[in-house]
Amino acid sequence: MNDPERISSAVPVGAAAPDRAPIQPAAPAPAPRPGEPAAASGRAEAVGRRREILYFALRDRKVLVGLGILIVFVAAAVVGPLIRPGDPDAFVGPMAAAPSREWWFGTTTFGQDVFAQFVYGVGSTFLVGLFGGGLAALIGMTVGFVAGYRGGVVDEILNMLTNVVLVIPTLALLLIAAAYLTARGVLVEAVFIGLTSWPWAARAIRAQTFSLNTREFVDLARLTGVPSWRVIFGEIAPNMGSYLFMTFILLFGGAILIAATLDFIGLGPTSGSSLGMMMYNAVAWSALQLGMWWWFIPPGLGITAIVGALYVMNVGLDEIFNPRLRKM
Amino acid sequence: MLTLDRVSKVYKVGTFGGKDLPAVRGVSFEMGPGEVVSLIGESGSGKTTVGKMILRLISVTTGRISIDGTDIATLGGDGLRAYYRTVQGVFQDPFSSFNPMYKADHVLGMMRRQYFSGLADADWLAKVEASLQAVNLDPGQTLHKYPHQLSGGQLQRLLVARALLLDIRYLVADEIISMLDASTRIDVLNLLGELRERGLGILFITHDLSLGNYISDRTVILRRGNVVEMGATAKVFGNPLHPYSRMLIAAAPQLHRKWAAVAAELGAGGGPRPEGCLFHRLYPPDRPAGADGERPTLARAEDDHFVGCVRLDGEGACS
Ligand SMILES: Nc1ncnc2c1ncn2[C@@H]1O[C@H](COP(=O)(O)OP(=O)(O)OP(=O)(O)O)[C@@H](O)[C@H]1O
Ligand SMILES: [Mg+2]
Repeated sequence: MNDPERISSAVPVGAAAPDRAPIQPAAPAPAPRPGEPAAASGRAEAVGRRREILYFALRDRKVLVGLGILIVFVAAAVVGPLIRPGDPDAFVGPMAAAPSREWWFGTTTFGQDVFAQFVYGVGSTFLVGLFGGGLAALIGMTVGFVAGYRGGVVDEILNMLTNVVLVIPTLALLLIAAAYLTARGVLVEAVFIGLTSWPWAARAIRAQTFSLNTREFVDLARLTGVPSWRVIFGEIAPNMGSYLFMTFILLFGGAILIAATLDFIGLGPTSGSSLGMMMYNAVAWSALQLGMWWWFIPPGLGITAIVGALYVMNVGLDEIFNPRLRKM
Repeated sequence: MLTLDRVSKVYKVGTFGGKDLPAVRGVSFEMGPGEVVSLIGESGSGKTTVGKMILRLISVTTGRISIDGTDIATLGGDGLRAYYRTVQGVFQDPFSSFNPMYKADHVLGMMRRQYFSGLADADWLAKVEASLQAVNLDPGQTLHKYPHQLSGGQLQRLLVARALLLDIRYLVADEIISMLDASTRIDVLNLLGELRERGLGILFITHDLSLGNYISDRTVILRRGNVVEMGATAKVFGNPLHPYSRMLIAAAPQLHRKWAAVAAELGAGGGPRPEGCLFHRLYPPDRPAGADGERPTLARAEDDHFVGCVRLDGEGACS
């Protein structure tokens, strides 16, 4: 016993059956019961949950009001151009006419039809919101999910990227872009907004992913050999479905506001029309001083109503997705 | 053979990962087929960390875990899938092991997608039912329910059933008994015994000494990430050498004794023996390190019975 023995991994294993025995329990398999389908994927469950959310969504007044307003504007954007076909910026009417039966929203100083500009502008506003907000949501979710799921060095790099984009002065960037891109459409503007407005979403999603990642069901999926992307989209993302949806709505509204601001200070698209550019033109041609209220009120109200409807919907959805806030 | 060779884990905690938290320090043991090894330790001693490292859910900081000679850190893709076909685990907390968005049988559905995608519905169902039967679960009562509609014990057994779908050779069972009531507990213990008979190696993680004693062939006692004593269960329990294990075993609640009586006895010399550190008597501090420059953390006291230093860090003199 005086001779000490060095041990690192040296515990002999007791009597053991070395060969691999089948471990499957040998209980006789009972016949499958009729009417009881195999324990299958979560598709049916997801559908059930979606239906439940739809049920509550359609009973929530905030969601209904927001949705109603949005539908009215979408309808205007779709139907309007059919009523007033042709170039919305064409000089078609009398100059500086107040609203009348013929010119519903009046005309500009140059005889352009304000109604035609308005419905066209609503369309491009939705376009900017959808593409700009959609792109920002896509980048924000990808960065947030990957950073939160991978952690470590990947997280640090993505975090750095997020912070860099966060502190870039968007306006200065756009001024430079405007100098080089002489012809800019609405889509270019949307892409620009999408590329610069995602950081807060990425941060929020990263934090949520981080906390869900420590839950054991994520480990269990990994232990089953499920690939990373499916762990993220099949296990983690469904747990923050409402959050993702709200992120998109907020990015959507945010993109519209940013676009309106850019348009208003003259950095908007060089071609096409938008609500922000209508306001820019109205102010540039002194509509305010001339008392031509019909030139700037419709676009101003339009932007306010669309963004307001999105935010009201967001509050309502909060109540729907979070069962504890539901009014039963 | 599943081998842990001086495995350590240091968690980075605090802002910017500035602080180190050593959770497991130089743990080595082996587990063969058909063998039940119980890993015993108080809360926070690193048991779950060891289990998760074996399941490759967290990386090892230093050291090596290997199966039949292959370092599991090198596995990836198909190799990892093959590893998970052989080694599976059941986690400590059944409620957090299920995704609340899905029905409980989602954990079985994932298994099917990964490993049995070619199986016909009827065959799959038969397999599931056989597995459920083995853990005493009624398929009609457990399938198609949300996790919150099932009890902790049912969920725990469903997790065991999930692991049994594969022809595994090793099972890491992290406190799987603590959620169960007395009668189910016996059922699951007997199931584990039955599985061992068929050649399954089980790492039975527990803080319950009597359970460890009941089921295991070998015992590893962990304290603050260090192995303080390990060996054949009969030897560790019959003749505990380390003061900590002695205290643990003496302090285990016994049906016929009150704690006050045990405490009095411990205070009266039943506790740490005065003769100092057995490890350093067996392995004097001035003795040169081994061939690879590493100092052992355990000394052999008798056949299949090893003891660590009285001081937890195991560095320098302790007596
Ligand atoms: N992800 C983590 N990050 C940082 N520290 C951790 C992490 N997981 C565990 N720890 C720490 O590591 C130590 C060991 O934890 P572990 O979960 O392995 O203990 P345990 O023995 O399983 O305890 P219990 O019996 O309570 O389950 C604890 O001090 C714990 O705080
Ligand atoms: Mg634990």
